[in-house]
Formats: sequence, C-alpha cells, structure tokens
Amino acid sequence: MLKLENCVIDNGGFRLAADFTVERGRIIAVLGPSGEGKTTLLEAIAGFQPVIRGTISWRGPEITALDPGARPVAMLFQDGNLFPHLTAARNVALGLRPNLRLTPAEWQTVEAALTRVGLAGMGGRKPAALSGGQRARVALARLMVQRRDILALDEPFAALGPALKAEMLALVAELARESGATVLMVSHAPEDARSVADEVIFVSDGRAQPPVKTADLFANPPAALRAYLGQG
Amino acid sequence: MARRAQPLTAAPGIGAAGFLAALILGTLATVAWRAEAGVGLTVADWAALRFTVVQAGLSALLSVGLAVFVARALARLRFAGRRALIALLGVPFILPVIVAVLGLLQVFGRGGWISDLLGLWGLPPVRIYGLHGVVLAHVFLNLPLATRLILQGWQEVPAERFRLAAQLRFGPWAMFRLIEAPMLRQVVPGALAVVFAICLSSFAVALTLGGGPRATTIELAIYQSFRFEFNLGRAALLSGMQIALTATAAMVALRLARGTGFDGGMDRPLQRWDGRSATARAIDAAWIGLAAAFLILPLAAIATSGLAHLPGLPQLVWRAAAVSLAVAGVSMVLSLMIALPMAGAVALGRHGLIEVAGMLGLAASPLVIGTGLFILLRPFADPAAMALPVTALVNAVMALPFALRILVPRAREVVERHGRLALSLGMGRWAFLRLVFLPAMRAQISFAAGLAMALSMGDLGVIALFAGAETATLPLEIYRLMGAYRMDAAAGGALLLLVLSVGCFWVLDRGGRWHAEA
Repeated sequence: MLKLENCVIDNGGFRLAADFTVERGRIIAVLGPSGEGKTTLLEAIAGFQPVIRGTISWRGPEITALDPGARPVAMLFQDGNLFPHLTAARNVALGLRPNLRLTPAEWQTVEAALTRVGLAGMGGRKPAALSGGQRARVALARLMVQRRDILALDEPFAALGPALKAEMLALVAELARESGATVLMVSHAPEDARSVADEVIFVSDGRAQPPVKTADLFANPPAALRAYLGQG
Repeated sequence: MARRAQPLTAAPGIGAAGFLAALILGTLATVAWRAEAGVGLTVADWAALRFTVVQAGLSALLSVGLAVFVARALARLRFAGRRALIALLGVPFILPVIVAVLGLLQVFGRGGWISDLLGLWGLPPVRIYGLHGVVLAHVFLNLPLATRLILQGWQEVPAERFRLAAQLRFGPWAMFRLIEAPMLRQVVPGALAVVFAICLSSFAVALTLGGGPRATTIELAIYQSFRFEFNLGRAALLSGMQIALTATAAMVALRLARGTGFDGGMDRPLQRWDGRSATARAIDAAWIGLAAAFLILPLAAIATSGLAHLPGLPQLVWRAAAVSLAVAGVSMVLSLMIALPMAGAVALGRHGLIEVAGMLGLAASPLVIGTGLFILLRPFADPAAMALPVTALVNAVMALPFALRILVPRAREVVERHGRLALSLGMGRWAFLRLVFLPAMRAQISFAAGLAMALSMGDLGVIALFAGAETATLPLEIYRLMGAYRMDAAAGGALLLLVLSVGCFWVLDRGGRWHAEA
C-alpha cells in the first residue's frame, strides 16, 4: 500500500499536509477546489515536489528521496504528455526503454499496447497528426508498457469533450483493473469520481483528507465538500 | 530542502562559461601584464577615444533617427513586396563589412554613381573617407537593425488601441502623442544603446574608410600599434580603454534593450486606420523608397560589378574562399559547443555565472583577445601559423551573445515542457539530450549555426592582426586587393563572399526548419 506519514509538502511557500494510506489496486479520485493542492499532492508522490517533513512509502520501503524515474509511479500531466517530435510508437517505447534502444520483441509489445488502446497501425504518426482523443490513447498505451504500480493522473483529459473524457476514464479503470495498478486521479468533476473511483481523497484548506468510500462520501458529504459542490 | 531532480546536467555549461571567462579575462590580464608601467595616454590615443565615441554617437543617432520614420512607414503602409523588404532588413546583420564597404564605395565613392551624377552638373565628387564615410557605413549596416527594433515596438502596440484611435478620430498629432510617443520612449533608448555599442568596437569599417590621425577608432589603433609599431604596452593600454568603453555600453544596452530584432512575426500585417490620406501615404512611400534604395543600391552595385569579374578571379581569391569556409565551419562548431551547454545550464536555472560569461562575450573585443593570445602563444608557436585557429576561436566567441539569445529561450521552454515527463520516464541525461533536447532545439540550433558561420565568414578583424603574407581569409584577401587598387578583382571577391555568407546562413537556417515540430 501507499503510505504518506505526517507529510508536509512545500510548493514555493504553499504547504500541504497529508497523512493517509491507500490500499493497493484501488482507484482514487482526488477532489477539491482549484488551487488547494491536488496537483501538489500528486507531484509529491511522483517526486516533483519536495517533501519537507514526513515520509512516503510503497509496500514497505520508503520512496521519499527517490528520483521521479526511480519511483513506482507513472504520471500523466495536464498537458505535454507526448514528445511532439517523436512518432506515437516511439513515444510509447519510451515507457519501456527511455533511451529508445528496444529489442524487436519489445517493439512488438509497443505495437500490442497501441492496438489495445485502439490505435493499431497508427504508430508511425506524430502527435500533430493525431486527434486529441488519439493523443490521450497514446499516453495511456505508454502507461501500460511502463507497468508501474501507481498511476498518477493530473487531469490529462481535461481538454477533451465530456463523452471522450468519460471514455478515457473508463479505459484507465479497465487497464488498471487488468494490471492491478493503483490509480490516483485529480478531478474537478464529482461525476468522474462517482463513475470510476472506489474512494475519494478530498483536498482543501492545506490538508489532504484520508480516502473515503465514494458512495459513503457523496451520501454524507462533509461541510467543505458540500460548499465545493454548491450544496450550501 | 530536497534536491530538485533535473533532466540535464549543468556541469558542461558551467565548464564552457569558465572557459569563456578564462579566455576573455586571461587574454586581458596578459595584455595588461605586458603593458609597461609609466606609459601614459598620448595625444593620438585621446584622439582615437574621441573619434570612437563621436562616430558611434553619430551613427546611433542617425540610424535610429531615420529608423523611426522608416519603421512608421513600414508599420502602416501596405504594399506589394513589403514582406520581402522586411526580410531584406535582416541581411545587413550577416553582410560582411568589407562587402558593404565596397558596395558603398561604388555608389558614394569618388568614382561612384553619385559622383558621376554630380559630375554631369560640373560638381566635385563626394568624399567618402573619414568621419562621414565611417558614419555612412555604420548607418548602412545598422539602420535595418534599428528599423526592425522599432517595427517590433509598433507590432507590440495592441490592435485594440488602433481601433480605439480610429473610433475617437485621432488626428496625426493625437496619434503621435498618445500611441507613437509612448512606444518610442520605450524602444528608442534601447535601439540607440545597441547601435552605439556595436559601432564602438568597429574595426573593419574604420580600417577601410577611416585611418589617419583624425579617423582612427580605438580598435584600429590597437591594430596599428600592434602590427606596425609592435608596441605591446600601448596596445595594452588601448585595450583597457576599449574594454571599459564596450563593457559600459554593453551593460547599458542590455539594461535598455528589449527585443533582439531577430524575432519573427514582424511581417504580420496589422489593421490600421490612420495614415490613409494621400499626403501621408506619399510621405510613407518616399521614406520606404529612400531606405530601400539606400540598402539595395550598394548590394546591386556589388552584384553587377562582381558578376563581370567572377570568372576571371585570381587563384588566390578562390584559395582564400576555401580557407574562409573552413575557418567559418570550425568557428560555427566551436560556437555551438560553447553556447549549447551554456543555454542548457541557464535553462536549468544556473543564471549567475553563465550570464556573466555571456556578458563578457558582448563586451569582449576581438582585437584584445587576439593580442592576448598572440603574447601567450608566441613562446610556443609561430603566431602566423596560429592565425586561422585563433580567428576561428575569436569569431566563435563573438557569435556567442547572439547564439545565446537564440538558444536560451527555447532551451528553457524545452526543459520546462518536457523535463518532468522525461524524469517520470526515468530518462537518463544522455537519452534526454539525444532524444529530446537536441531534436527539439533543431530549428534554433541551425539558426544560431547559420548566424555564427555567416558572421565568421565575413569577419575582418583578428585575422588582419595575425596573418602572414601567405595566409588569408576571403575578407582579408579582398582588403589586400583593395589596397593594391585591384578593384575589379576585389568586387568579384566581394560578390563571392556575399554569396557564401548569405548562402551558408540560408542553407543552415532552412535546413533546420525543415519538418521541425513545435
């Protein structure tokens, strides 16, 4: 399991406190008002924000001081998830070998991943020649071949239309169930959380709350969540 | 505080900056150390200082003063060929000075077109040598840059403001007071400072059009005291003076200057509603016509007179052209080898040391570095044999400030946009460099390479200091031909040099933009 113990994350003066545990294989939505630290939380887990107090550990060993690439985390950002000068296949291949020196068998894995996300035969295209939804699929194919235990999604589908976004989230959930990965996904929309998430971490007032079962949370929302949802 | 992970390492950049600082400060110290104590400034030195400042001041005032009107005309008049003319304004920056000088001589010189025209009315020919010749050449070389800087100011005025002005029916005076003057107040000081700083270290123009006790710049005086009198003490003193002057001017220019004049988008037409009366249009057209003629005629003169003499060029000229290509190629590679790691280090947030080194590059004088290297190398090697490598190195240093200005913004963008993704993929530094940084920087790298190569190709500076009789780059060979009054061969060589400089730039710049993704 992923454990944050008495963590304080510093993002250029803004501080976020977190102290919780996430069970393995769960899909967690990270919900909360803008600017309250949802992205900061994910970036700290992925290794992009310094943790000034406390520890982060995964299945026992501590990962607080590891470089981003050495952590069991694969992250998708709000944008810039693909290198625009590399083809879709090479973008996916980076998830297997960051130096792009792949064996023929590994290239087959790449092709299989592209096929799995519905992009068979499109590996030779560069991102500019793909639609927004197809680009998101390339990024998901890379997440698949990375085979990391934790997937951190910082609203990578925010620019897509509602139907496409729901489709992508469903695909993420499907892929995660197949591989047994733990998912942490930032969201602004409660319906996203309701549709795919097992649990919700609510972030507000400089604090990330421990995860609560999605159904329980929405059945009986705390005051801060009610205010955020506009339910007075 | 936790260590921030980085996709690249800053070490090579810091190394390059250190090398640069050692080269510039080391040569300066060497020169200073050789300077004999007790040597004061002579009358001639004071005259050189005065002339340097006066000609640079006049050149800056005239270039920028004229550019204000040319830029205004270009900003509001729509005409066929506007795009081409604005592109042409970029050419003098990479135009070899010796080519410009030859072209100007053919138009404004004693036996030139203007003098011939005056002769028809029995008027005496114009004289181009001396202060006004130097200023004329500097205006020719810098008017386009100043125009581009001010044009950029016009482009940055929000379109809404022109719409508002049209709605409120601003007359020309209100237009000037409320829109143009505030813009000029922001742009003109920087443009003045940049042109002034460039003209301060003028060597080739003064060498060809100046000279004599009344028209010698400090750089030229360094060359003369070194080459003719072999008076290292005096050369050192003059070097100190030059460094103090250029460093001050460069500092002021950096503080004031906003744009670089290289940025794209200047040919973007802006919808304007003012300046549409017949008189206004006629005046604008006159300014553009005059400026275009001033820029195009000397180039056309070189093209026509050079073309006739290209086939019969002496073997020496062809050999010099080959030497120039080799020197410029090496210089381009050196320049990138210093600039790229530095740009990477700045992108990683190492500003201090790197920017100081970049500043030094701007303030450094090629002749001071040359003199210092001469003193340092003399015990080990024949300086004449070192002429070409030293020229390549010094040219690389001179191209550095421009290369950095081109590379740094893009390097920052690449690291910002792709750094986190690379880190989260566990990409090593080599892989990031090979797969992301260099490919994504390709357009900027080739632009900088083209600029460095063209600048080196056309440089007539440190090579004049070192070269023995048997080695020459193309600009030096042309200068020697001019000195021997072989103007036909010089014109042919100048055309060859023009084609090579512009050609190198064009090929490299175009090659880099081929299939480049954002």
